[in-house]
Formats: sequence, structure tokens, C-alpha cells
Amino acid sequence: MQLYLPIAEVSVNIFLLLGLGGIVGFMSGMFGVGGGFLITPLLFFIGIPPAVAVATGANQVVASSVSGVLAQLKRKAVDFRMGSVLLAGGVVGSAFGVAVFARLNTLGQVDLFVQLSYVLFLGLVGTLMFQESVRTLRRSKHAPVKRSRQHGWAHKMPFKMKFRASGLYISVIPPLMVGGFVGFLAAIMGVGGGFIMVPAMIYLLGMPTKIVIGTSLFQIIFVTAFTTVMHAVTSQTVDMALALLLILGGVIGAQVGARIGVRLRAEQLRILLALLVLAVCAKIATDLLFRPSEIYSLSGVLP
Amino acid sequence: MIRALVLLAMLIAAPALAQEERIVLGLSETRVSITADFQGSEIMIYGAVQRETPQPDGALGVIVTVQGPPTQVMVRKKERRFGIWINREKVRIGRAPSFYAVATSGPLERVLSETDNLRHQISIPRAIRAIGISAQAENSPAFIEALERIRRAEGLYAMQEGAVRLTKGTLFRTDIQLPVNLTEGDYRVRVFLTRDGRVVDMFEDRIGVQKAGIERFIHALAHEKPLIYGLLSLVLAVVAGWSASAAFRFVR
Repeated sequence: MQLYLPIAEVSVNIFLLLGLGGIVGFMSGMFGVGGGFLITPLLFFIGIPPAVAVATGANQVVASSVSGVLAQLKRKAVDFRMGSVLLAGGVVGSAFGVAVFARLNTLGQVDLFVQLSYVLFLGLVGTLMFQESVRTLRRSKHAPVKRSRQHGWAHKMPFKMKFRASGLYISVIPPLMVGGFVGFLAAIMGVGGGFIMVPAMIYLLGMPTKIVIGTSLFQIIFVTAFTTVMHAVTSQTVDMALALLLILGGVIGAQVGARIGVRLRAEQLRILLALLVLAVCAKIATDLLFRPSEIYSLSGVLP
Repeated sequence: MIRALVLLAMLIAAPALAQEERIVLGLSETRVSITADFQGSEIMIYGAVQRETPQPDGALGVIVTVQGPPTQVMVRKKERRFGIWINREKVRIGRAPSFYAVATSGPLERVLSETDNLRHQISIPRAIRAIGISAQAENSPAFIEALERIRRAEGLYAMQEGAVRLTKGTLFRTDIQLPVNLTEGDYRVRVFLTRDGRVVDMFEDRIGVQKAGIERFIHALAHEKPLIYGLLSLVLAVVAGWSASAAFRFVR
């Protein structure tokens, strides 16, 4: 069954969209990533114009994150205090990122920059997570090791705050910095930033994996909500019909994903996420490295 | 939903003294509505050649063109630099039709002379208006060829030689396929009558392509009240997310 999309101005199969939304929602519920880094390239692939794909992807991520947060909330796996601190940093970083993006746009190299950032960050994060998880899995086969509480640099800084849900008593400066950095990248790459936020919270802030997912989703809701409205106002590229179909598939997928996520062990969860991130990275890298079938491309010019 | 609209009466009224042959034209539709289930559309263009005098000598030809609203287009070319493929050269094309279909009654070089092609901008490369592009890149004609190639592959440009059926040198008809990825606007329909490749008469009409129903409502809201539209999209997302969660709790 085909549907003509009012903003994207293309006709696509309804079930294809529901399926895409479902897959991405499933990932989102399971791993606590918004799924923006998956939905946007997938939408390009089925022929949605890039500008519409980025903006509408953000809208879909809002819905799947809300659904995911609610599922995590029941298990008390959201640290609101930490989420708010990260968000405060995120808003500042995002505003800075939007400015850099506009500057790159005038230079005409946004696509390349976005692709390179995807390859760099997905590759880096994926490799680190994969190595770490494999090491942990191997170790836990012999003897169960307790999560070590590092008393490193995050504990020596001023402005300490108690994050009870995460079991941490650290300075607010590192979370603010992490939030800001992720917000900046999110604005440039057009994603929620969960795939960077999740490992940053685990490895830099030392938060427990189970809390990380809910907290990451919590702050992604606000970052992507901001992005959606910005795109709707500045470029009118949010396609409501497209978003609604992706959301319908996505919210169901997110619930299923969250259920399955509970049954898996934290290390297994991390290994799966790492493999997924690496797969997307490899796909984008090959697009850059191999000669494209059509070396010319068309784009509209705003009058 | 074929609304036949014949413009016979209007045409006969026109004083035809200078020309011996005139075109009388009909369109199967004068409006195309893009609704949610829009699958593309086919327009039948038909007509007749009207003569006051006996048929003159020379090979008769009919050319039909349908042209969507023109826009500026940026064509970029990728090149390999430092091992990766990146956009390097670019050419800005002043006016390229968003849709362009040509149907002829025979091979184009037989039914149309190069001079009249230039004058009326009939063939696809002629319909793309690219002035002053040679300064923008090396081998700039390749960029126009690329534009034509890409749009042809998307079904937006079409060249159908021999697709106009001409009966007894008087009646003609052809079908033009409108693809699903149409842009809104006025589509210009031109019909040329040629004798030995020389254009002896030309007739022009328009087809309005518009979104309709819920498509129209969404599109209008997004462009006229963008903030409300953005917030509405958000509310939709939040409500959908919450209700899915609630529904699952209920199921369990």
C-alpha cells in the first residue's frame, strides 16, 4: 500500500515505513539510543530527501524516547538529576553546534563533514565498547568481578553533587562537559547523540549500565524535541505523515526492545550495540571510499 | 475521473488568415490532484489539424511537450581526494524544468529542424536553460548531461520519439505519464505542428497540479504556521510514545 508524503513529496510503501520504525524503536528500547543514527541513513536509502529525513528522524526519536523512558521509569532506571545536568550542558553545546553547522553549510561541505563525523565517532565508540565488553565477558567466565568505583578526576573537582539513582557523588563539571560535547555533535550530525552519550556515561562518569539507558533517553527527548521545532520553523522539512508512520512502528518496537533488554546481561547488551554501531560506520565508510555509481548529484537552490 | 474538455469552439473563433494549418487540442484532464494515495497519473493529449485549404506538401509532424515549473538546480561532481569521494566542482543551472516530457510523431531530427528546436526550446537539452555555465567548471556540458541522465532515471524527464499517433494527417493523440514524485504548480502543455521540420503552428495550454485533501492541509500548515506545526508534531510524538507504553502495560 503506497502513501504520498505531503512534505517529502514522494510515494512510499506504508509497511516499509512501519517496519523501519519498528526496527529502530526496538534498538532504542533495548540499548537506550534514540536511533537517529540509524533512521536517518535508512530514510536516505529509501529515497526520502536528506533534509526531510534529518528533521523527521528527530521527530520520530522524540516518540520512541518517550516510550522508552516510560518503560525504564517503571524499573526506576532513570536518574533525573543526572539527566537534567547533562541536558543543561547539552543545550549550550547544541546551540554552538547549530552555529558551526550554518557556517559549514555556506562552505558547501556539510555532507562530507557529517559523513566523516559519523565514521570517526561511530568507529571510535564502537571499537572501544566492543573491546571493553569482550574483556568483561571473558573475565566474568572465571570469576565475577564487582564494578570498580574509580575515585579519579571526577571526584576531585569542586561543586560536588549527589546522584542517588546512579550511586555517585561527583562534581557536576564532568557531566556538564559530557552533555555539552554530545549536544554539539548531535546538532552537527542531526542525531540525538545517545550512541555517544551511553558510552560516555559508562566509561567517563562511571554510571551503572542499567541507569545509563533510561537517563540517556530522558535527555534525548528534550534535545530532539528542540531540533524538531527548529527544523519545522526554519526549513519546513518535518513530514508529519512520515513521522506518524515511523512512530507507530517505533513505539511498539521500543516496548518490545525494552522487555528483551531486561533479560540480557549488561555485557551482552553492550557487545550487540557495539556491533551495530560498527556496522553503520562500515557502511558509511565504504560509501566514501568506493567510486559511487553516479558521481554527479543534484540539489535544489533556494531562491 | 476523466473530464474531457474540448476547446474546439474557442479555437475556431480565432481569425486564422496567416496560416493554412492550425491545431485543435483537447486534454483528458486540466487538473491533477495529489492525494494521499496518489500513484502518478496519465494524461491523454489529443487533437486535430484544421485546414481551410487542401493539405500542403512536406512531411507533417506533431510534437507534444509537457513541462513542470522550472527551478534552479545545483549539480555537483564528486572527485577522489585523499582516498575519499567528495564533492568538488559544482555548476548552478539557471532554469531546469522539474518535469519535462516530449512526445513526437517520428524521430526528432526528422520532425524538427535544429533552428526551430533552438527557437522553441523543445528537446530536453534545449529545455534546460544554462547560461554562463562554462565559467563555473571544466567540461561544463557534462553537468547538463548528468542532470538529464539523473532526471530521466527518476522518470522526471522523458523523450518518446514516435509516441504521438497521427491518423490520416489530421487526428493525433498521445499519453504522457506523470510520475508520482511530482511538484506542485502549473504544467505547461505545448503542441507543435511541423512541415519538413519547420514549426507551422503552436498551441499552448496548462494543467494545474495541486495537492488535495489532508495532503494539502498538512502542507499548508507546515508552510504558513511552522511553529504550530512543529509543536503539533511534537505533541503527536509524545502522545504516541505515551499511549504505546500505556497500551503495553494494559496488555501485561
